[in-house]
Amino acid sequence: MADTKIIVNCETGEVQEIALSAAEIKEREEMAKAYEAEKAAKAADDAAKAVAKAALLDRLGITEEEAKLLLA
Amino acid sequence: MANTYTLIASSTVGAGGAANIEFTSIPQTYTDLCVLLSGRTTANGDSYGEIDLSFNGAPSGTSYSWRRLLGNGASASSANNTSDDAINLWQINGSGSTASIFSNATVYIPNYTSSNNKSVSADGVTENNATQGVATLYAGLWSSSSAITSLRFTVVYGTSFAQYSTAYLYGIKNS
Repeated sequence: MADTKIIVNCETGEVQEIALSAAEIKEREEMAKAYEAEKAAKAADDAAKAVAKAALLDRLGITEEEAKLLLA
Repeated sequence: MANTYTLIASSTVGAGGAANIEFTSIPQTYTDLCVLLSGRTTANGDSYGEIDLSFNGAPSGTSYSWRRLLGNGASASSANNTSDDAINLWQINGSGSTASIFSNATVYIPNYTSSNNKSVSADGVTENNATQGVATLYAGLWSSSSAITSLRFTVVYGTSFAQYSTAYLYGIKNS
């Protein structure tokens, strides 16, 4: 995770690479944690759906391709 | 670029990466702005990262709205937000995608100095040099009467622009 930002002054042409403030770094760390939690929740949800789907296909006695054909 | 496009400023990300790229003190002498982006993020092992666009400072408030339409060759999807702190602008290659592959996007901002609300249109492409390719269209609105004097591209999820990512800001005059 980079701890710098780039500021380009269009009037002077100056390009600065500036260190993020402590508050900015903390905000980014919190965003990263929140995103990881969101990813983990989605992965768990996807896994649960895959299990439910497999169980349903098994109960119906059809394959995924046959299910797609029914829904087409 | 055609003669009507004038390069105002550009930026190339160095070895350390960058959390965001901001163009400040934008001249108020053009009619429209156009930004050409090429980038990749240091997203945490993901194939894709995302970029937000905000005006006159960091993402804040709820004055932005946006909608995107995304297609990957197999299906299309859409997303939107009517009250956001920035315009969710660009799905970009992440660190989990094939090495050295960069996404591209074009952002167009008409009448950026007017006292009307500011609209944004953008299109972007992202591919993995493997099995994935994504094309995305974006429409955004900043509900503000202020002229745009700066614009900032922020990498979301706490990740950063990778080295060699670039941004070129052009001004377009209608006369």
